[in-house]
Amino acid sequence: MRNLLIFISKYNAFFLFLIFEISALIIYVKYNSFQRATYLNTTNQVTGTLYARVNELNSYLSLKDVNDSLAAENARLHSQLQSSYYADTVATHTVIDSVYKQQYTYTEAKVIDNSVNKRNNYITILKGSKDGIKKGMGVICNTGVVGKVVYTEEHLSLVQSLLHKDAKVSAMLADTKDIGSLMWGADLNPHVGLLMDIPNHVKPRIGQWVVTSTYSSLYPAGIPLGKVSNLHAKGGGFFLNMEVNFSVDFAKLQYVYVVNNKLYLERQTLDAQKKQDE
Amino acid sequence: MSRVIIVNLIRFVVLVLLQVFLLKNISLYNLSVPYLYILFILLLPFETPNLLLFLLSFLLGLTIDMFNDTPGLHAASCVVLALVRVLFISVTVQKDGFDNEPEPTLGNMGFRWFFTYSALLIVVHHFFLFNLEVFRLDEIQYTLLRFLSSAVFTLFLILISSFLFYRRKER
Repeated sequence: MRNLLIFISKYNAFFLFLIFEISALIIYVKYNSFQRATYLNTTNQVTGTLYARVNELNSYLSLKDVNDSLAAENARLHSQLQSSYYADTVATHTVIDSVYKQQYTYTEAKVIDNSVNKRNNYITILKGSKDGIKKGMGVICNTGVVGKVVYTEEHLSLVQSLLHKDAKVSAMLADTKDIGSLMWGADLNPHVGLLMDIPNHVKPRIGQWVVTSTYSSLYPAGIPLGKVSNLHAKGGGFFLNMEVNFSVDFAKLQYVYVVNNKLYLERQTLDAQKKQDE
Repeated sequence: MSRVIIVNLIRFVVLVLLQVFLLKNISLYNLSVPYLYILFILLLPFETPNLLLFLLSFLLGLTIDMFNDTPGLHAASCVVLALVRVLFISVTVQKDGFDNEPEPTLGNMGFRWFFTYSALLIVVHHFFLFNLEVFRLDEIQYTLLRFLSSAVFTLFLILISSFLFYRRKER
């Protein structure tokens, strides 16, 4: 016993190393699935408030760019208003429209933390469960798809950006409607994604738009993802793989919209049923 | 003694803030991200008890992790760094003969020693960090490239900051 104690105290550095290293690795393995991360991330009180403060300061520097993009978006929305269309038929009577029901609603949110240079990137936004944000909602911005919500606190939420190992979006070529899936490219360039599993008979062109498909349960169909930039990406086999230039500049995100799909729950139940059947 | 504690406390806070709000956003060619915060562990006094050294490294790593959304990643790498520091110092520096708690700074130990010391520790820390983050072998070339360029960048920053706060040994 005495010898053991002497032995341990002689090589105390090594044993301390073992203790701390093992506890660090346990934390790493255990909390890195973000469903269980409770307080060790940017949505907690301390880091969250600090980020919000610094972001407040930073946002002054880019006020001009934000204004420009908001003005552009306002113009786009104005052009979609009913008042900017004219009726080419003479209305005789009005009907209460019961054909269209709203499927998607949007919540605007400010980005307070963001990264593009890691293997797996996350975005922290200043809206939380109190504002109706739930896990699994899609996130877009005025130029395209950003990611999806993976964790919410009362006032803040964590968004898995498209620049993530596990991010995958159901996508299609805008004009030919061929379905594939889009993920982040292998060389970790924040501007380039990989569009995979497009059938072999399709002849895509460089510069063709890639948008979200009608199959996606998170995003409305037709939200832009990017433009095809290189037709000869490696891999693929029986399918075509191609490189896509993201339309979103992830390094400059300021404001995003969280998409609430009113039919998301029903879709989830159906998918669960499908799994059970198989 | 209390001076040493205060200096290190300030250094901890300043390095963490610098890392989290400034350096995290810098990346050269999408490859190299500097991790200057490990300078705190490098500059802890020689006489720091091992328990305190490991505890501080663990806490420093965990603080960075909380800001980076990577629980445990930096903590694990910093603990490895602490072990290498203990080994390196026990090999190259004689234990006794110190008065008034010197720190392993550039001014105290000379350029050659400090360069080898920081280069070795940075390489070990970064190698562990990048490989643990990616954790798969099929991206090994890209990971190694990122690791090497980041290590060079960090070493550069550490040497620059050491020269900035250079104080010659008082005899």
